[in-house]
Amino acid sequence: MTPRDIACQELVELVTEYLEGALPPDEVAAVDRHLADCDSCLRYLRQMRATGRALSLLPTEQVSETLSEEAVDTLLAAFRRRH
Amino acid sequence: MLVADTEVLARLRAGDEVAFARIVRAWSPAMLRVARAHVHSHATAEEVVQETWIGVLRALDGFEGRAQLRTWVFRILVNVARRHGKREARMNAELAGPTVDPARFRGDDDPEWPRHWRDEGVPVETDPEPALLAREFRDVLAVALAELPERQRAVVELRDVHGLDAQEVCELLDLTPANQRVLLHRGRARLRAVWEAAAS
Repeated sequence: MTPRDIACQELVELVTEYLEGALPPDEVAAVDRHLADCDSCLRYLRQMRATGRALSLLPTEQVSETLSEEAVDTLLAAFRRRH
Repeated sequence: MLVADTEVLARLRAGDEVAFARIVRAWSPAMLRVARAHVHSHATAEEVVQETWIGVLRALDGFEGRAQLRTWVFRILVNVARRHGKREARMNAELAGPTVDPARFRGDDDPEWPRHWRDEGVPVETDPEPALLAREFRDVLAVALAELPERQRAVVELRDVHGLDAQEVCELLDLTPANQRVLLHRGRARLRAVWEAAAS
């Protein structure tokens, strides 16, 4: 059976499910078929994947809130009391 | 139990403060992010994380190592966070609508290519990947990440920055697998758009 046609506007909303392996096989085939013919959507997909990869390269301390020093001190004091 | 876990556990039980400080500093950022998905303010999230660590210390001697140490700590965290937490009912607004501006696509009635990219709407070509590491780009990404709606930020940050898997994130944030993917999708799509705008 030929995979169904997907419009670009639909494909951009399926990208994450596709990358996460959450699409059923017939939908994967439809996405693959579209990507084989559409450089723009392929670029979109690559950029979405690269975004995730770029985030994995960010230093944790640059993006995440950290526990305040005061809180860490409180915990260390609790740890010491334990022993 | 991981070998590393056995080692850490032995040190904690022996009262090695340096080892304790190290895991507190290493895990608390991800823990704060999980807590923030359950409670309203950073201050409350910090209380949740503190209370969790106190609970961890209390239960440490009873920990039997059936789960990984981190998994066990995060499980305690989720219980504490839920107790402090709000019940969510704002899922829908955050998850509605397209993630790419509809103006970038041809109309439904386009005779040739309905709902395909308009020539002027195609994704802008971005730099090859090594450029992803450039400090300037990292700064842009970090700022955009911080500006995402809270739960999108939580999912994207836990998955992509802290490297947790989908199932862990679902458990920690009380999400269904489908909703977890939707939040990840919307968050990454927004960050991609910011990257594209910076490139054009």
